[in-house]
Amino acid sequence: MNVEKSETMPVRSSDDVVRVRREVRAHAVGAGFNLVDQTKIVTAASEIARNTVDYGGGGTLQVETVRLGARRGVRLIFSDQGPGIADLKLALTDGYTTGSGLGLGLSGAKRLSNEFDIKSSPGAGTVVTLVRWK
Amino acid sequence: MAKKFETAIPALIERHQKQLLEGWLAQQRSSGAWTSEDENDTKARSIRFLAELRKASASGQLEDVHTREWADTRELLEEVSRARAQRGFTPSQTALFVFSLKEPLFGLLREEVGKDADKLGAEIWTASVLLDKLGLYTTEFFEKSREDVIARQQTEMLELSTPVVQLWEGILAVPLIGTLDSARTQVVMENLLQEIVTTGAEIAIIDITGVPTVDTLVAQHLLKTVSAARLMGADCIISGIRPQIAQTIVHLGVDLSVTSKATMADAFALALRRVGKTVVDRAKSVQAPAE
Amino acid sequence: MEQIPILKIGDCLLVSIQVDMHDRLAMALQDDLTSKIVASRARGVMIDISALEVVDSFIGRMLNNIAAMSRVLDAVTVVVGMQPAVAITLVELGLALSGVKTALNVDKGLALIRRLIDGEEGGLERREE
Repeated sequence: MNVEKSETMPVRSSDDVVRVRREVRAHAVGAGFNLVDQTKIVTAASEIARNTVDYGGGGTLQVETVRLGARRGVRLIFSDQGPGIADLKLALTDGYTTGSGLGLGLSGAKRLSNEFDIKSSPGAGTVVTLVRWK
Repeated sequence: MAKKFETAIPALIERHQKQLLEGWLAQQRSSGAWTSEDENDTKARSIRFLAELRKASASGQLEDVHTREWADTRELLEEVSRARAQRGFTPSQTALFVFSLKEPLFGLLREEVGKDADKLGAEIWTASVLLDKLGLYTTEFFEKSREDVIARQQTEMLELSTPVVQLWEGILAVPLIGTLDSARTQVVMENLLQEIVTTGAEIAIIDITGVPTVDTLVAQHLLKTVSAARLMGADCIISGIRPQIAQTIVHLGVDLSVTSKATMADAFALALRRVGKTVVDRAKSVQAPAE
Repeated sequence: MEQIPILKIGDCLLVSIQVDMHDRLAMALQDDLTSKIVASRARGVMIDISALEVVDSFIGRMLNNIAAMSRVLDAVTVVVGMQPAVAITLVELGLALSGVKTALNVDKGLALIRRLIDGEEGGLERREE
């Protein structure tokens, strides 16, 4: 996989979440995504960005436009040094939440992505990687 | 970093272009790499290939043909590959365009370098490996072009097989034919929602008469479509529920939670009632005074 | 801090969300709407999201909350103008927005509110056209 463009940005406040949406949209447009695919990845980004701010104590996002052969895509890597997630399987279940939300953040973002990976454990922070291909 | 090669190829092509070209064209003809129809095109492309080969091999980077130095050469090979794919050539015939250059090129190398056996061996090896890579590139590209055509045809078929029609003002119908997989569902949703926006329809009839099997997955796809239409302010009616499907749905415990009718006619009648319209028999309404 | 304007049209409140809201703004809108519903004794609330290109679970929650709160205050909420791409994404996300009524645009939204307030849910009565 080749990385064509890469941006790193802070995800520490709700203003940052708005910026994340803009930046991811720009990459999706640049990669030639149609409107529905753009919306899907921007929405997924918004979900994870919120998690990073609300539960991860703030972190960073690396947005990349990638290419695999002839296909182009957008890859997002969210990382934080927060408390981590103890039970990943549970967290990925629909409707699961420890807060007062709808509990769709992780599982929803996963459904909106083509590739989704999460590494997290208590005390070790969390890294969420997701990719959407054109 | 790639090794830099010194090779006699560029010089050879420059000095003996005419001879090389003739030998190559003859070889192409006899190996069945083309038919007489393509003679002019092939000749023009062969001349260009030799020019590109000379330029690129002069760079000394002969190991990897996917680099910048070989960009123009690749572009020419892509042109050849595309043209031949369209004319119905096989991938092998297309690759022969490159491979048939070997014999005349080796012949020339033997003439030029023959006295130095080691050098000749090295040059022939370099040339052979290089032409192998270029020949393989044409087959790679050939495959990719075919895949692109297939992908495009699939998309077209998908779009064509999911039309959305307006039955009446405010009433749309989506007759689904064939299996409802997730790719199809995306297209159906996009088309339906677009029509809802364009026509302002508030009722959409989704007819599944032409859907062979309805399992949990298909039911989920249907529900997604219904939910999406609802978010745009349109209610859905599902029609074409065959007895077996009704049984399957109950058996699977799927909650379709949307009005369904056995036939599109029934669904249309219901839709008309919902938008406040009735169908009146013209003959009768002429006899009786207006109500 | 900016505020999202809330207009009063008869016994309805109309909110048009034009910006990509950050969380504080969304929470402020929720509070603002609730107070205004009480103050104006509104029977209907219309939220125009035609300018929103992204609706994530947070905004979805906000819409559900507004609908629930106005229901308690005896008002109906209708969300209008959802963009097709947003609807498709919401459905994929699994957000049903089941507590929220929807209409295609402001005109249809107002008509729906009228029907709901006048107790004729389901659109069984004749249309004006």
